[in-house]
Amino acid sequence: METLVAVISANGLITAFAVVGITVWISYLMSARLTAGRIHGSAIAIILGLAASYWAGSVTGGSRGVVDIGVLAGIGLMGGGMMRDFGIVSTAFGVHISELRKAGVVGVISIFAGVIVSFIVGALIAVAFGYRDAESITAIGAGAVTYIVGPVTGTAIGASSDVIALSVAAGVVKSILVMIGTPLVAKQIGLNNPQSAMVFGGLMGTTSGVAGGLAATDPRLVPYGAMTATFYTGLGCLMGPSILYFIVRALV
Amino acid sequence: MIIYGVALLSACLLAGLYVGELLGQLLGVQANVGGVGIAMLLLVLASSMQRFKPLVTGASANGINFWSAMYIPIIVAMAASQNVVAAVDGGLLALLAGVAAVVVSFALVPVLSRFGPQSDPLPPLDSSSGTPGTPSKTGGGV
Repeated sequence: METLVAVISANGLITAFAVVGITVWISYLMSARLTAGRIHGSAIAIILGLAASYWAGSVTGGSRGVVDIGVLAGIGLMGGGMMRDFGIVSTAFGVHISELRKAGVVGVISIFAGVIVSFIVGALIAVAFGYRDAESITAIGAGAVTYIVGPVTGTAIGASSDVIALSVAAGVVKSILVMIGTPLVAKQIGLNNPQSAMVFGGLMGTTSGVAGGLAATDPRLVPYGAMTATFYTGLGCLMGPSILYFIVRALV
Repeated sequence: MIIYGVALLSACLLAGLYVGELLGQLLGVQANVGGVGIAMLLLVLASSMQRFKPLVTGASANGINFWSAMYIPIIVAMAASQNVVAAVDGGLLALLAGVAAVVVSFALVPVLSRFGPQSDPLPPLDSSSGTPGTPSKTGGGV
């Protein structure tokens, strides 16, 4: 047993391939048997992943889900930023340039609209919860943009560390909700073509959320949504500590 | 050679990330601005250029398609390494801020999608094959 654990731990990435493979297999089985294919297998796999992460986080007290369990550390490599970006870029293989051109302008508009709208919503909720200083309101608003924009903005403008923690939490809630919620609302919001996927990516912005949500909806939409989403965090980091902060400061 | 496709993919990602970092520095932002998006554009451009044809057809294409098919498993691994506990424990404010931002953004998708030229819905997925990923060039089932 000790030898087995040693082998598993020493070959983290390989273990991750095996564990994720089994998870996906179980998910497709559940999709077919329990939901008659109505809920996509990849959606179930993502939810199983999140559930495992919640369980692991509560057991270990760590912040990286199952990665904090020694034998599963390789999941962190497989699901880390490097592999995620590599995978996302590979999905662009086979994308039609004509579709990208079609949604070009509206795609750019959607990125600006997404950052501003999420910021306003987050800021309003901060105000509703009794925050009155421009730094806290801005940091929480920026957290509703993404969990990267929140701390980057908060640190830049000197928000307190508990507010920054809140802004990260708001961003993580957003990212996870997009992963789970997208396949559920896809039909209602017309998310079935490249153009609306680009608008969707621009509005949501959270790369992990968009990547997971579209993968669970229709993998063919992933490259279009990811393309716009990847500019969103950069724009948020640009606008958060500058123009958005100045506007909030002028208002309070 | 499969490695040619993988190498092209890697080169696109590295070039894109580099440009994204430079853009971030130029704008004075502590973030990579659109690096992955730029990498995707590079790959799309490369795959439509005659010069790169040997890198994006035949066995080389398999090197790219493999990673494209590995995309969902990678996302599952990513989901399993999220800080879900923090999201749940963030309290009501974090929960409300996150949920409200998502709901409002979802509602805006059909509004903004109406602008500009429309694209047709993709044909239904062929679910019988059961394999996720591999967005196919023809847009058919995968």
